[in-house]
Amino acid sequence: MTFTKGPVLLPSEEDTDALAQRIAPILRAGDVLLLEGDIGAGKTAFSRALIRARLGYEEDVPSPTFTLVQTYEDDVDIWHCDLYRLSHPDEAIELGLDEAFETAICLIEWPDRLADLAPKSALTLRFVASDPHHVTFVGPADWQTRLGAIDV
Amino acid sequence: MTKALTILGIESSCDDTAAAVVRLDDTATVLASVVKGQNDLHADFGGVVPEIAARAHAERVDICIEEALAEAGMTLGDIDGIAVTSGPGLIGGVLSGVMCAKGIATATGLPIVSVNHLAGHALTPRLTDAVTFPYLMLLVSGGHCQFLIAEGPETFRRIGGTIDDAPGEAFDKTARLLGLPQPGGPHVERAAQTGDAKAFTLPRPLLDRAGCDMSFSGLKTALLRARDAVVTEKGGLTEKDRSDLAAAFQLAVSDILFEKTRRALTEYFELQPKKRVFAIAGGVAANGPIRAALMALCAELETDFVAPPLNLCTDNAAMIAYAGGVRLLAGQSDDMTFKARPRWPLDDRAPALLGSGKKGAKA
Repeated sequence: MTFTKGPVLLPSEEDTDALAQRIAPILRAGDVLLLEGDIGAGKTAFSRALIRARLGYEEDVPSPTFTLVQTYEDDVDIWHCDLYRLSHPDEAIELGLDEAFETAICLIEWPDRLADLAPKSALTLRFVASDPHHVTFVGPADWQTRLGAIDV
Repeated sequence: MTKALTILGIESSCDDTAAAVVRLDDTATVLASVVKGQNDLHADFGGVVPEIAARAHAERVDICIEEALAEAGMTLGDIDGIAVTSGPGLIGGVLSGVMCAKGIATATGLPIVSVNHLAGHALTPRLTDAVTFPYLMLLVSGGHCQFLIAEGPETFRRIGGTIDDAPGEAFDKTARLLGLPQPGGPHVERAAQTGDAKAFTLPRPLLDRAGCDMSFSGLKTALLRARDAVVTEKGGLTEKDRSDLAAAFQLAVSDILFEKTRRALTEYFELQPKKRVFAIAGGVAANGPIRAALMALCAELETDFVAPPLNLCTDNAAMIAYAGGVRLLAGQSDDMTFKARPRWPLDDRAPALLGSGKKGAKA
């Protein structure tokens, strides 16, 4: 069973921040968010706000485009990944993502690069940069309950 | 006259694997510098293909070292010390270099020093142009954008930087948005040559805010909107539209760097340096109009403009050999317990860009 919710409108960056801040506290080890959308759709902005909300301070959150992975240590570690430059799903294993999927909170940009490696339990967020920006949630049914609890 | 040291440098923290031999006494000479990357593959992807596999770095690092030694006409017996990048970077790559360096050090008994990749970049103006401390440094590349005041070989003060994307990344993504080839820097610059930067109005994020922090992420979104507006209106993008958009984007980046550099210089001048020096390193320093703008600014403010040659201001091992050699000359070295570090801010005193961290310095 999958559910779809949205589109949730994100007319301004403040709206993106607010959404990320609501989702941040409900995340736990083993949660994987697959962030889909083109350049400029708001994937990194959402990730940045979510990471800062988790950490509780205004951490420097650089784009992971060049480094592929940025990790943040917290009660549960956060992995922020941009897989755009991957050429084969095996490289995700080389990065240690399979293990991180089990033990960390993973925010994955360009998740199509994972192909079959994407966890079935993952929540997908489809960002669209139309006017206004919006996002649609797709995932297994338990996410509906979890998101419902925070009125998303 | 200081005793001369010959240093082997090893770098594997990013996409490239590199080794170099640098001789250091009162001056520094690059005897050999070998960089093995995957440059040919760039065009297939919207960006540089990363060398993710630690294995691939491991396979190449010894070849790089052999080639660097051969190029210098030396053997390991001629080397006085080993300098290796131990962060920040992708952990697999960094580990390959660190393990190789530790192996050589163990086998030969040579001293080893662990070097911060960013310190390598920040000290490059001393390697290439023998500039004196303190100097202002702008590191501006695909992955980095920060202003550093270099006060000593291990003392760097970060006075600002990007709060989101680095400009090099913004150039690559602009190229992707405009259907231009990769790497984005040179292609956007070429397209911009025939463009009218005034044809589109793009924002200058954070320009109205005090300080030296920069933001380039919003620029990308603004460009996307401008492009889509044209496509909606005309059903496509003409070559002129594309050049105009490229020019507008490049001018926005240039304006941001120009104004923030002016502010960074003002902060740097407070140190009352005997000789005012502004150094720029990183791939974005190769952009003609941006370089020209910053040179004009330096001329106006009576500051020397220093830009190391591109092969020494993109990733290389000569800068690592130099930075490590400076520590060795000062009588410092590391024991075998140092680790590869994925995160390693150059300035441990700097708070996170927008506030202060509850854990203090990032590790």
